[in-house]
Amino acid sequence: MDTALEDRFPTCPLSLTINGKPYTLDVHPWTTLLDLLRSDLELTGTKKGCDHGQCGACTVLIEGQRMNACLKLAVTLEGAAITTVEGLGTPEEMHPVQKAFVEHDAFQCGYCTPGQICSTIGLLNEGHASTREDIRELMSGNLCRCGAYTNIADAIEEVLADRASYREAAE
Amino acid sequence: MKRFTYTRAETVADAVAILADRPQAQFLAGGTNLVDLMKYDVERPDAIIDINSLPLKEIEELPDGGLRIGALASNSAVAYNAQIQARFPLLASAILAGASPQLRNAATTGGNLLQRTRCSYFYDPSTPCNKREPGSGCAAIGGLTRMHAILGASDKCIAVHPSDMCVALAALDATVEVVGPDSARDIAFGDFHRLPGDEPQRDNTLARDELVTGIRLEANRFAGHHTYLKLRDRLSYAFALVSVAAAMEIADGRIVDLRIALGGVAHRPWRDPLVEAEYAGAPAEDVTFQRVADRLLFEAKGLGGNDFKILLARKAIVRALRQAASGRPQSQTLKAIQ
Repeated sequence: MDTALEDRFPTCPLSLTINGKPYTLDVHPWTTLLDLLRSDLELTGTKKGCDHGQCGACTVLIEGQRMNACLKLAVTLEGAAITTVEGLGTPEEMHPVQKAFVEHDAFQCGYCTPGQICSTIGLLNEGHASTREDIRELMSGNLCRCGAYTNIADAIEEVLADRASYREAAE
Repeated sequence: MKRFTYTRAETVADAVAILADRPQAQFLAGGTNLVDLMKYDVERPDAIIDINSLPLKEIEELPDGGLRIGALASNSAVAYNAQIQARFPLLASAILAGASPQLRNAATTGGNLLQRTRCSYFYDPSTPCNKREPGSGCAAIGGLTRMHAILGASDKCIAVHPSDMCVALAALDATVEVVGPDSARDIAFGDFHRLPGDEPQRDNTLARDELVTGIRLEANRFAGHHTYLKLRDRLSYAFALVSVAAAMEIADGRIVDLRIALGGVAHRPWRDPLVEAEYAGAPAEDVTFQRVADRLLFEAKGLGGNDFKILLARKAIVRALRQAASGRPQSQTLKAIQ
């Protein structure tokens, strides 16, 4: 797009927090959160699959709630706290969900995995899943073309069981 | 995506005033449908008015025993609200039958009402579509019609309304609250969505300069006898081929009050209050349910690819009425249909 046309549509100031780090940015209003993360900030852990809210590969946490980053215009997120897969753990110190995914071999190609993991954390935050059937239904927004669903459900089931025993021990 | 300017509205009056000045502007809430349609070049606003800062997120009890749901309450917030689950479980169930958790977290109540058809020809700007481009024709007629209407279609448009939530709201006789530049008004839910007729570009009766601010639900006695039964091509995260929202009040084995709305079959949630009234007093048993199904589908018409929907709808209606009558609503988690 030529500069004259871009000038007619000025950028908008945007302040938000990503993985605990504050950012002050200028974004075009049509930039999605997904493109902001991947192209502008080079946080490429979040993946672009369908770019239309049909696959869940771009799932991130916005204020702790899982959402499709491809359908959120970044400019609408003034003041929001975003968590992506980069903000969850490190190879040395993995998040319990990441650990469970590794232990259960809950992926093959790995492209959907960051979305699956963020979605799982959203599911845990929501607190509506207690059975395997709940997990299957409440993870239906994340597609896996390798078909690792069985192992993904196993991994999440283990995290849920660990959480339950942790809570019991604390009581 | 076509380029556009961005404005954040801080009050309802502010939002409506900005819209009045910009005829090509659109309100943006959760964005789950509008942003998608903008990516496909189906929606081409020159200005976006962000309404997410408006104070319309509350779900509040009304003095008459009803509830008011703010237009910006998310689909998840409504579905998991304790009052909604206890008093309007049909609504909670219908919402949880739709989309995915991610989409329900972002999507709003007002946006759900205003979401557009998922007709694949509407989504494809390289094909004619009277809804997208009035007067250009309809590529769906004579095309692939598996997902299309069996009731109330016109020779201009055979698209269906995609919402699950709206099917429950139709059955529950909700009221839509809207605000325009000069005044506010209520729209009965049955008057909100429209049939395509000669103007399929108009999905509903909201005026161009109005904003949906909330939904009101009246107290009812359906919490014991209701169900939302949705049939689709996969068990989750797919639009309905046919869905049925059923609610009834039963006394001494007879239907006192019956509500039934169908999704996936027409340009709006399909309801026929005359049929419902006709069966008030009838025994709550299969013979009645089959008659209700026959009456509701009397004018159903297949287009080839969707002929199967007529039989599917007939069986779904009977099954849903049986579920509602027996007090065993369809689980949205365990998918087996009892």
